[in-house]
Amino acid sequence: MSKQPAPLSVQRWTPLSVAATLAIAGLMIALAFTPLFASAEVIDRLTTLFIYIILAIMWNALAGYGGLVSVGQQAFFGLGAYAAIRLSYWGVPVYPALILGALLAGAVALPLSVFALRLKGGEFAIGMWVVAELAHLLVNLDGLIQGETGTSLIALNAFSPDHRRADNYWLALAAMAVAAAVVFALLRGRLGVSVQAIRDNEEAAASIGVRVLGGKRVIFILSAIGCAMAGTLWLATSITFEPKTYFSVQWSAYMIFMALVGGLGTFEGPILGAILFFLMESLFGATGVWYLVGLGAAAVVFSLFLPQGLWGFIENRFTWRFLPIGYHLRLPEED
Amino acid sequence: MVSDHGAAAGQPAPPLLAACGIAKRFNALVVLDGVDFTLGAGEAVGIVGPNGAGKTTLLNVLAGAFPPSAGQVRFRAADVTTADAARRCRLGIARSHQVPRPFGGMTVFENVLVAASTGGGFRGREAYDRVIDSLTLCGMLRLANRRAETLGLLDRKRLELARALGTDPVVLLLDEIGGGLTDAEAALLVETIGELRRRGIALVWIEHIVHILVQVIDRLVCMDAGRIIADGEPQAVMANAAVVDAYLGGGHR
Repeated sequence: MSKQPAPLSVQRWTPLSVAATLAIAGLMIALAFTPLFASAEVIDRLTTLFIYIILAIMWNALAGYGGLVSVGQQAFFGLGAYAAIRLSYWGVPVYPALILGALLAGAVALPLSVFALRLKGGEFAIGMWVVAELAHLLVNLDGLIQGETGTSLIALNAFSPDHRRADNYWLALAAMAVAAAVVFALLRGRLGVSVQAIRDNEEAAASIGVRVLGGKRVIFILSAIGCAMAGTLWLATSITFEPKTYFSVQWSAYMIFMALVGGLGTFEGPILGAILFFLMESLFGATGVWYLVGLGAAAVVFSLFLPQGLWGFIENRFTWRFLPIGYHLRLPEED
Repeated sequence: MVSDHGAAAGQPAPPLLAACGIAKRFNALVVLDGVDFTLGAGEAVGIVGPNGAGKTTLLNVLAGAFPPSAGQVRFRAADVTTADAARRCRLGIARSHQVPRPFGGMTVFENVLVAASTGGGFRGREAYDRVIDSLTLCGMLRLANRRAETLGLLDRKRLELARALGTDPVVLLLDEIGGGLTDAEAALLVETIGELRRRGIALVWIEHIVHILVQVIDRLVCMDAGRIIADGEPQAVMANAAVVDAYLGGGHR
């Protein structure tokens, strides 16, 4: 009301973003109760969607915010599943083994980061693919896996299919919520602006005091844990572990598709991309080759005409900001 | 080891920043060859010299962008030769780049916020105030919410300065921030640099436009072929025969 010049304030939460966050919280609660009344097929499909969302969030955190474009994140997807099978074989109860397996596979990212993060740009992208192939070969050496034949997470058979389905669903939902919350909190905090600075210009970031290697490492390990968790969840839903499937580069292709189409470097975009990808798969997946052709065509169209992705386009067009990662300085003329 | 030029400007105090016997070679190419350079607390030193004299390389060595091939860099009497750029920035040595390097995907505000929160170590409201102060000083407050990739060259140069200021520097290393300015813009820049001096920030400023430089500096250094060929009171340096020869070309003699 008063016309006195107030000190400038920095706005992060807006009424829209508060409403969006509340709506998301409401949606999560509704999703938590879904298994009580939904059909088995719906529960299975939603579980798959949650896994896709985790992958999309994690690839986006790595590439969209950290600038680390990787085509080898399937390394962690496969290692997570493998670690869960190993732990279960050693007598760890099966559901804790899924979570522990993801953390163990993520821990591999720490020593790996020492040399992987020395690589730049395309070298890093391809280097990670080599790492994934190497991890694939090493896992095949374990007699328990029986080479490409693979094995199963037998311990899950102790649960009835209905129980298993609901438990997998809740674990996937919880993992997705935690993944989104952790990435959100990190990006909102000091690390968020630091890694974006590294992404945009590494040398300039170092010149203003950003510890480049440390920032990259945090995001690399986080992404590894997330992708590994997606892998153990995939194992929980399919039970069988065939190394070729888990270490396939198609996972990276999916992640890239979801992040690019949804909007790389925005928090909401990849989630939207995952939902789109999921819908396309649900509707056209049965058409086989033509589905893949369609995915490829969609990726080309988006990169040519909508390089900022669907959410990037919406954000620019309507200046919507659902989740406040960024900062907005309120200038006097805006009041 | 320490030159007597710092003392000439005022009280005999130990230099804030000192580089001794600096050499820098890129394979067979010798870019710096036995450079001794000192900067006193709150002092402003200009560096001139023809293209390829090694000015930016010296700045890079002072900022820690890369280590020298030989020699030592000391800041507040501590050896920082092996400290990287991020470490030196946290200690208080900030720099701007000759070709601006904005963080294109972030807003102007966020660009400076990274500097204030990492290099400056400020938190929360303190960091915001630091950013607002830096942006105000550089005349960029109105552009705070613009994405940096949409800025023109002049604003990109201003952002380089604002970002360096965000780190709360003790020493500021400036690499040709005045190039391409109109007279009015140059006058504004001189005013801004004057304010930085009043705040006690020591400056090293590489600039080709000598008439701007001499308005704010205490001392002028002239480099040629990887060496310092003159160092002292600006007018005296500009009148130095070797400087005239190297910088203005032999035709003047």
